[in-house]
Amino acid sequence: MAHKQTYFEDVEVGQEIPPLEKNPTTQQLVKYAGASGDFYQIHYDKDFAIKNNLPGVILHGALKNAFLGQLMTDFAGEHGWLRKLSVQYRGMDQPGSKVVCKGKIAKKYSENGHNLVDCEIWLENAKGEKTTLGSACVMLPSRHPAS
Amino acid sequence: MANKYVTEAARQQIGKAGEARTVEVERGAIRRFAEAIGDANPLFNSEAEARHTRFGGMIAPPTFCRSLSAAIPDVKLDMGESFRGLDGGSDWEYFEPIRPGDRITVQSKIADLRESSGRLGPMVFITTETSYTNQFGRLCALQRSTAIRY
Repeated sequence: MAHKQTYFEDVEVGQEIPPLEKNPTTQQLVKYAGASGDFYQIHYDKDFAIKNNLPGVILHGALKNAFLGQLMTDFAGEHGWLRKLSVQYRGMDQPGSKVVCKGKIAKKYSENGHNLVDCEIWLENAKGEKTTLGSACVMLPSRHPAS
Repeated sequence: MANKYVTEAARQQIGKAGEARTVEVERGAIRRFAEAIGDANPLFNSEAEARHTRFGGMIAPPTFCRSLSAAIPDVKLDMGESFRGLDGGSDWEYFEPIRPGDRITVQSKIADLRESSGRLGPMVFITTETSYTNQFGRLCALQRSTAIRY
């Protein structure tokens, strides 16, 4: 596996999650429309988007949700499990400009024998504005698994 | 103040369910979805590599569920033709991996209808809950998404 495994013992509250940079293009929006089945024209038809008072085509909120999902599955690694993922869209993002998924550990605890980590996550545009806010809960493996 | 659109009668639509659909998950659809979101994780892309993981094979990325075409029940509100829509966000819970060849039953229902008045006038929040259950009757994922109309 390409991803390095993170263990429960390795993380501390306040620690940052390795950021994930994405550079969405109009081509990616078309691919996402096809793969997800969301064919709302504001995501690929510039004239339609402008007619709807938008500055141009914009990213699917769901694509930003997918980027934040990747942030968390990369962090959880093969032996972790993403339990919860929440996103609230606060601003629009346009293709041709980078977005960066970021997060930090908010809480670390054990429940019913599972090692859980709650994270605050968000997506920033190139200006550093948070256009999507969210939270996630991941289960992480222990370096000393109980037998 | 009384709601303009989310009246007591409109709230009767809470609980309304869409048609349940069962979809077979194709390996190629998982790969295409992973490629579209730009996620190269071998778990979502390579059967050969995923076979040696604890999952024993490929699984779907977390938001792949969106491609399974849930039938969202239509909500009727007396807003005329000119309202605008926004995607407010989603909350997901994951219980079991979704794998190629799974037959996933997708069922949506209206979980909540709320109204608040904002800078742009009255805004309606429609929360839809969608469950994704596999062929063994195990709940794989639960999605609560909020659509905004104003």
